[in-house]
Amino acid sequence: MIQRYTILFGMVLALFYSGLMVSQSTSAREISPAPPVADNPALEKKVLEVSNELRCLVCQNQTIADSNADLAVDLKNQVRKQLSEGRSKDEILKYMTERYGDFVLYKPPFNAATLMLWVGPFFLMFLGLVLLVRQIKQRKRDLQQETFSAQELERARQLLDRKIGS
Amino acid sequence: MRRYLIPFGIFLMLLIFLGVGLQLKPREVPSPFIGKPAPAFNLPVLGKETNSFSPEQMKGQVWMLNVWASWCVACREEHPLLVEFAKTQNTALIGLDYKDKPDAAMAWLKQFGDPYKLSISDIKGQVGIDYGVYGVPETFVIDRAGIIRYKHIGPLTKEALEKKIIPLIASLSS
Repeated sequence: MIQRYTILFGMVLALFYSGLMVSQSTSAREISPAPPVADNPALEKKVLEVSNELRCLVCQNQTIADSNADLAVDLKNQVRKQLSEGRSKDEILKYMTERYGDFVLYKPPFNAATLMLWVGPFFLMFLGLVLLVRQIKQRKRDLQQETFSAQELERARQLLDRKIGS
Repeated sequence: MRRYLIPFGIFLMLLIFLGVGLQLKPREVPSPFIGKPAPAFNLPVLGKETNSFSPEQMKGQVWMLNVWASWCVACREEHPLLVEFAKTQNTALIGLDYKDKPDAAMAWLKQFGDPYKLSISDIKGQVGIDYGVYGVPETFVIDRAGIIRYKHIGPLTKEALEKKIIPLIASLSS
Protein backbone atom coordinates (compact mmCIF):
# COMPACT_ATOMS: atom_id res chain seq x y z
CA MET A 1 0.00 0.00 0.00
CA ILE A 2 2.71 2.40 1.07
CA GLN A 3 4.75 1.47 -1.96
CA ARG A 4 1.87 2.36 -4.25
CA TYR A 5 1.55 5.79 -2.68
CA THR A 6 5.25 6.38 -3.03
CA ILE A 7 5.12 5.58 -6.73
CA LEU A 8 2.09 7.82 -7.20
CA PHE A 9 3.77 10.63 -5.30
CA GLY A 10 6.86 10.20 -7.43
CA MET A 11 4.81 10.39 -10.60
CA VAL A 12 3.03 13.53 -9.49
CA LEU A 13 6.34 15.10 -8.61
CA ALA A 14 7.82 14.17 -11.98
CA LEU A 15 4.79 15.62 -13.77
CA PHE A 16 4.97 18.82 -11.78
CA TYR A 17 8.68 19.16 -12.44
CA SER A 18 8.33 18.56 -16.18
CA GLY A 19 5.51 21.11 -16.23
CA LEU A 20 7.79 23.56 -14.54
CA MET A 21 10.48 22.93 -17.12
CA VAL A 22 8.06 23.53 -19.95
CA SER A 23 6.75 26.74 -18.46
CA GLN A 24 10.28 27.90 -17.84
CA SER A 25 11.33 27.20 -21.38
CA THR A 26 8.30 29.07 -22.78
CA SER A 27 8.86 32.03 -20.53
CA ALA A 28 12.47 32.06 -21.66
CA ARG A 29 11.22 32.21 -25.22
CA GLU A 30 8.92 35.10 -24.37
CA ILE A 31 11.71 37.03 -22.79
CA SER A 32 13.96 36.89 -25.86
CA PRO A 33 13.25 40.06 -27.83
CA ALA A 34 10.90 39.75 -30.81
CA PRO A 35 12.31 40.96 -34.11
CA PRO A 36 11.35 44.57 -34.79
CA VAL A 37 8.15 44.80 -36.84
CA ALA A 38 8.99 48.05 -38.53
CA ASP A 39 11.15 51.08 -38.21
CA ASN A 40 8.13 53.25 -37.77
CA PRO A 41 5.64 52.09 -35.12
CA ALA A 42 3.20 54.92 -35.83
CA LEU A 43 2.99 53.94 -39.49
CA GLU A 44 2.64 50.30 -38.54
CA LYS A 45 -0.27 51.13 -36.26
CA LYS A 46 -1.99 52.92 -39.09
CA VAL A 47 -1.28 50.00 -41.45
CA LEU A 48 -2.94 47.68 -38.94
CA GLU A 49 -5.91 50.01 -38.64
CA VAL A 50 -6.50 50.13 -42.40
CA SER A 51 -5.83 46.44 -42.99
CA ASN A 52 -8.30 45.55 -40.27
CA GLU A 53 -11.01 47.00 -42.49
CA LEU A 54 -10.09 44.99 -45.56
CA ARG A 55 -11.23 41.48 -46.23
CA CYS A 56 -8.81 38.86 -47.41
CA LEU A 57 -10.40 37.47 -50.56
CA VAL A 58 -8.53 34.20 -50.39
CA CYS A 59 -9.67 33.36 -46.86
CA GLN A 60 -12.90 35.27 -46.82
CA ASN A 61 -13.66 35.41 -43.13
CA GLN A 62 -10.41 37.05 -42.17
CA THR A 63 -9.17 40.57 -42.52
CA ILE A 64 -5.92 41.06 -44.34
CA ALA A 65 -4.44 42.04 -41.00
CA ASP A 66 -5.22 38.57 -39.64
CA SER A 67 -4.30 36.60 -42.69
CA ASN A 68 -0.94 35.33 -43.80
CA ALA A 69 -2.13 34.39 -47.27
CA ASP A 70 0.14 35.55 -50.05
CA LEU A 71 -2.32 38.08 -51.40
CA ALA A 72 -3.05 39.44 -47.92
CA VAL A 73 0.66 40.05 -47.37
CA ASP A 74 0.89 41.82 -50.75
CA LEU A 75 -2.11 43.97 -49.95
CA LYS A 76 -0.72 44.85 -46.54
CA ASN A 77 2.49 45.93 -48.24
CA GLN A 78 0.41 47.95 -50.66
CA VAL A 79 -1.35 49.64 -47.73
CA ARG A 80 2.00 50.33 -46.06
CA LYS A 81 3.46 51.77 -49.25
CA GLN A 82 0.50 54.03 -49.91
CA LEU A 83 0.34 55.24 -46.32
CA SER A 84 4.00 56.09 -46.36
CA GLU A 85 3.38 58.03 -49.55
CA GLY A 86 0.90 60.09 -47.57
CA ARG A 87 -2.36 58.72 -48.90
CA SER A 88 -5.35 58.79 -46.58
CA LYS A 89 -7.29 55.79 -45.33
CA ASP A 90 -10.28 56.67 -47.52
CA GLU A 91 -8.10 56.87 -50.59
CA ILE A 92 -6.68 53.43 -49.87
CA LEU A 93 -10.10 51.91 -49.24
CA LYS A 94 -11.22 53.42 -52.54
CA TYR A 95 -8.18 51.96 -54.28
CA MET A 96 -9.10 48.52 -52.95
CA THR A 97 -12.82 48.69 -53.80
CA GLU A 98 -12.01 49.80 -57.34
CA ARG A 99 -10.12 46.54 -57.73
CA TYR A 100 -11.92 44.03 -55.56
CA GLY A 101 -15.41 45.50 -55.20
CA ASP A 102 -17.37 46.37 -52.07
CA PHE A 103 -16.80 42.84 -50.85
CA VAL A 104 -13.27 43.77 -49.85
CA LEU A 105 -14.61 46.10 -47.17
CA TYR A 106 -15.17 44.38 -43.86
CA LYS A 107 -17.82 46.95 -43.07
CA PRO A 108 -20.13 46.96 -46.09
CA PRO A 109 -21.27 50.37 -47.38
CA PHE A 110 -24.91 51.35 -47.14
CA ASN A 111 -26.47 51.10 -50.60
CA ALA A 112 -29.36 49.45 -52.43
CA ALA A 113 -27.69 46.04 -52.47
CA THR A 114 -26.92 46.08 -48.76
CA LEU A 115 -30.20 47.68 -47.65
CA MET A 116 -31.59 44.39 -46.32
CA LEU A 117 -28.35 43.73 -44.51
CA TRP A 118 -28.39 47.01 -42.63
CA VAL A 119 -32.12 47.52 -42.15
CA GLY A 120 -33.26 43.89 -41.96
CA PRO A 121 -32.40 43.20 -38.30
CA PHE A 122 -34.09 46.41 -37.12
CA PHE A 123 -37.11 45.67 -39.25
CA LEU A 124 -37.37 42.16 -37.81
CA MET A 125 -36.98 43.48 -34.29
CA PHE A 126 -39.72 46.04 -34.87
CA LEU A 127 -41.97 43.37 -36.36
CA GLY A 128 -41.33 41.14 -33.37
CA LEU A 129 -42.16 43.94 -30.94
CA VAL A 130 -45.42 44.76 -32.73
CA LEU A 131 -46.46 41.12 -32.71
CA LEU A 132 -45.52 40.77 -29.06
CA VAL A 133 -47.54 43.83 -28.00
CA ARG A 134 -50.51 42.64 -30.00
CA GLN A 135 -50.31 39.21 -28.43
CA ILE A 136 -50.15 40.64 -24.91
CA LYS A 137 -53.13 42.91 -25.53
CA GLN A 138 -55.14 40.08 -27.02
CA ARG A 139 -54.36 37.89 -24.02
CA LYS A 140 -55.48 40.58 -21.63
CA ARG A 141 -58.75 40.97 -23.50
CA ASP A 142 -59.29 37.21 -23.54
CA LEU A 143 -58.71 37.03 -19.79
CA GLN A 144 -61.16 39.82 -19.08
CA GLN A 145 -63.82 38.17 -21.15
CA GLU A 146 -63.27 34.77 -19.61
CA THR A 147 -66.21 33.45 -17.58
CA PHE A 148 -66.12 30.54 -15.21
CA SER A 149 -68.81 28.12 -14.26
CA ALA A 150 -69.77 27.60 -10.60
CA GLN A 151 -68.14 24.20 -10.74
CA GLU A 152 -64.81 25.64 -11.91
CA LEU A 153 -64.89 28.33 -9.24
CA GLU A 154 -65.51 25.76 -6.55
CA ARG A 155 -62.61 23.65 -7.74
CA ALA A 156 -60.33 26.68 -7.80
CA ARG A 157 -61.32 27.55 -4.24
CA GLN A 158 -60.57 24.04 -3.10
CA LEU A 159 -57.15 24.12 -4.69
CA LEU A 160 -56.33 27.48 -3.13
CA ASP A 161 -57.53 26.45 0.32
CA ARG A 162 -55.59 23.26 0.40
CA LYS A 163 -52.80 23.52 2.94
CA ILE A 164 -49.33 22.66 1.85
CA GLY A 165 -48.30 19.21 2.94
CA SER A 166 -51.81 18.04 3.84
CA MET B 1 -55.43 24.36 -38.71
CA ARG B 2 -54.16 27.89 -39.07
CA ARG B 3 -52.05 27.32 -36.00
CA TYR B 4 -49.98 24.77 -37.87
CA LEU B 5 -50.04 26.50 -41.21
CA ILE B 6 -48.09 29.56 -40.08
CA PRO B 7 -45.10 27.73 -38.54
CA PHE B 8 -45.09 25.42 -41.53
CA GLY B 9 -45.01 28.43 -43.86
CA ILE B 10 -42.11 29.92 -41.93
CA PHE B 11 -40.32 26.58 -42.06
CA LEU B 12 -40.80 26.38 -45.82
CA MET B 13 -39.46 29.91 -46.23
CA LEU B 14 -36.37 29.04 -44.19
CA LEU B 15 -35.91 25.94 -46.30
CA ILE B 16 -36.04 27.99 -49.48
CA PHE B 17 -33.54 30.52 -48.11
CA LEU B 18 -31.16 27.77 -47.04
CA GLY B 19 -31.54 26.05 -50.41
CA VAL B 20 -30.73 29.25 -52.30
CA GLY B 21 -27.84 29.91 -49.91
CA LEU B 22 -26.33 26.55 -50.73
CA GLN B 23 -26.42 27.32 -54.44
CA LEU B 24 -24.46 30.55 -54.08
CA LYS B 25 -20.74 30.52 -54.63
CA PRO B 26 -19.18 32.88 -52.09
CA ARG B 27 -15.76 32.45 -53.68
CA GLU B 28 -16.95 34.10 -56.85
CA VAL B 29 -17.01 37.72 -55.87
CA PRO B 30 -18.61 39.93 -58.51
CA SER B 31 -15.84 41.83 -60.22
CA PRO B 32 -16.10 45.61 -60.30
CA PHE B 33 -14.28 45.54 -63.64
CA ILE B 34 -17.07 44.20 -65.85
CA GLY B 35 -17.91 46.96 -68.30
CA LYS B 36 -14.85 49.00 -67.35
CA PRO B 37 -11.68 49.54 -69.35
CA ALA B 38 -8.92 47.04 -68.73
CA PRO B 39 -6.31 48.73 -66.50
CA ALA B 40 -3.22 49.85 -68.37
CA PHE B 41 0.18 48.38 -67.67
CA ASN B 42 3.47 47.80 -69.37
CA LEU B 43 5.36 44.64 -68.51
CA PRO B 44 8.15 42.58 -70.05
CA VAL B 45 7.23 39.58 -72.16
CA LEU B 46 8.12 36.24 -70.63
CA GLY B 47 11.12 34.74 -72.41
CA LYS B 48 11.74 37.93 -74.42
CA GLU B 49 12.34 40.34 -71.61
CA THR B 50 13.51 43.12 -73.91
CA ASN B 51 10.03 43.29 -75.41
CA SER B 52 7.18 44.70 -73.46
CA PHE B 53 3.45 44.35 -73.69
CA SER B 54 0.61 46.67 -72.84
CA PRO B 55 -3.14 46.14 -73.36
CA GLU B 56 -3.11 49.12 -75.75
CA GLN B 57 -1.53 46.85 -78.35
CA MET B 58 -4.66 44.70 -78.44
CA LYS B 59 -7.03 47.56 -79.32
CA GLY B 60 -9.27 46.60 -82.18
CA GLN B 61 -9.49 42.91 -81.39
CA VAL B 62 -11.25 40.73 -78.89
CA TRP B 63 -8.77 38.94 -76.64
CA MET B 64 -8.50 36.85 -73.57
CA LEU B 65 -6.21 37.42 -70.63
CA ASN B 66 -5.48 34.33 -68.58
CA VAL B 67 -3.74 34.70 -65.23
CA TRP B 68 -1.54 31.72 -64.48
CA ALA B 69 1.59 30.69 -62.61
CA SER B 70 3.86 27.68 -62.48
CA TRP B 71 3.18 27.33 -58.76
CA CYS B 72 -0.56 27.25 -59.30
CA VAL B 73 -1.97 23.74 -59.08
CA ALA B 74 -5.42 24.58 -60.43
CA CYS B 75 -3.76 26.05 -63.55
CA ARG B 76 -2.66 22.55 -64.55
CA GLU B 77 -6.27 21.51 -64.41
CA GLU B 78 -7.42 24.12 -66.93
CA HIS B 79 -4.31 24.11 -69.09
CA PRO B 80 -5.35 21.36 -71.53
CA LEU B 81 -8.52 23.36 -72.22
CA LEU B 82 -6.46 26.42 -73.06
CA VAL B 83 -4.17 24.42 -75.34
CA GLU B 84 -7.28 23.10 -77.08
CA PHE B 85 -8.74 26.63 -77.23
CA ALA B 86 -5.59 27.98 -78.87
CA LYS B 87 -5.74 25.25 -81.51
CA THR B 88 -9.40 25.64 -82.41
CA GLN B 89 -10.11 29.35 -81.88
CA ASN B 90 -8.75 32.47 -83.46
CA THR B 91 -8.94 34.60 -80.38
CA ALA B 92 -5.64 35.93 -79.10
CA LEU B 93 -4.82 34.41 -75.74
CA ILE B 94 -2.43 36.39 -73.58
CA GLY B 95 -1.02 34.90 -70.41
CA LEU B 96 -0.25 36.87 -67.28
CA ASP B 97 2.39 34.98 -65.37
CA TYR B 98 1.52 36.06 -61.85
CA LYS B 99 4.15 36.25 -59.10
CA ASP B 100 6.34 33.66 -60.70
CA LYS B 101 9.99 33.01 -61.45
CA PRO B 102 10.53 33.39 -65.21
CA ASP B 103 12.72 30.25 -65.34
CA ALA B 104 10.12 28.11 -63.62
CA ALA B 105 7.40 29.60 -65.83
CA MET B 106 9.31 28.82 -69.03
CA ALA B 107 9.94 25.25 -67.89
CA TRP B 108 6.27 24.89 -67.04
CA LEU B 109 5.20 26.03 -70.50
CA LYS B 110 7.66 23.63 -72.07
CA GLN B 111 6.26 20.76 -70.06
CA PHE B 112 2.55 21.43 -70.49
CA GLY B 113 2.47 23.28 -73.80
CA ASP B 114 2.23 26.98 -74.54
CA PRO B 115 -1.21 28.10 -75.72
CA TYR B 116 -0.40 31.78 -75.32
CA LYS B 117 0.38 34.24 -78.06
CA LEU B 118 2.68 35.64 -75.41
CA SER B 119 2.88 35.74 -71.66
CA ILE B 120 3.79 38.70 -69.53
CA SER B 121 5.81 38.53 -66.36
CA ASP B 122 4.15 40.10 -63.38
CA ILE B 123 6.85 39.19 -60.91
CA LYS B 124 5.74 41.54 -58.16
CA GLY B 125 2.04 40.91 -58.63
CA GLN B 126 1.20 44.60 -59.10
CA VAL B 127 -0.80 44.04 -62.28
CA GLY B 128 -2.56 41.20 -60.50
CA ILE B 129 -3.67 43.67 -57.84
CA ASP B 130 -4.71 46.19 -60.49
CA TYR B 131 -6.90 43.54 -62.10
CA GLY B 132 -8.34 42.46 -58.76
CA VAL B 133 -6.87 38.98 -59.05
CA TYR B 134 -7.29 36.97 -55.88
CA GLY B 135 -7.42 33.37 -56.97
CA VAL B 136 -5.20 32.19 -59.78
CA PRO B 137 -6.23 31.10 -62.38
CA GLU B 138 -8.52 33.85 -63.57
CA THR B 139 -9.59 34.65 -67.09
CA PHE B 140 -10.75 37.96 -68.55
CA VAL B 141 -12.48 38.54 -71.88
CA ILE B 142 -11.67 41.99 -73.26
CA ASP B 143 -13.44 43.52 -76.23
CA ARG B 144 -12.20 45.58 -79.16
CA ALA B 145 -12.45 48.84 -77.27
CA GLY B 146 -10.43 47.44 -74.36
CA ILE B 147 -13.43 46.97 -72.09
CA ILE B 148 -13.50 43.95 -69.79
CA ARG B 149 -16.63 41.98 -70.62
CA TYR B 150 -16.30 38.84 -68.57
CA LYS B 151 -14.25 37.40 -65.77
CA HIS B 152 -13.96 33.77 -64.86
CA ILE B 153 -12.57 32.98 -61.43
CA GLY B 154 -10.83 29.67 -60.85
CA PRO B 155 -9.96 27.01 -63.40
CA LEU B 156 -11.87 27.20 -66.66
CA THR B 157 -14.26 24.39 -67.37
CA LYS B 158 -15.32 22.97 -70.70
CA GLU B 159 -18.83 24.09 -69.87
CA ALA B 160 -17.83 27.69 -69.10
CA LEU B 161 -15.77 27.88 -72.29
CA GLU B 162 -18.41 26.44 -74.58
CA LYS B 163 -21.50 27.98 -73.04
CA LYS B 164 -20.25 31.41 -72.03
CA ILE B 165 -16.85 32.45 -73.25
CA ILE B 166 -16.83 31.25 -76.87
CA PRO B 167 -20.36 32.57 -77.60
CA LEU B 168 -19.46 35.86 -75.92
CA ILE B 169 -16.31 36.21 -78.02
CA ALA B 170 -18.33 35.40 -81.14
CA SER B 171 -20.90 38.08 -80.36
CA LEU B 172 -18.20 40.63 -79.53
CA SER B 173 -16.32 39.89 -82.73
CA SER B 174 -19.32 40.14 -85.04
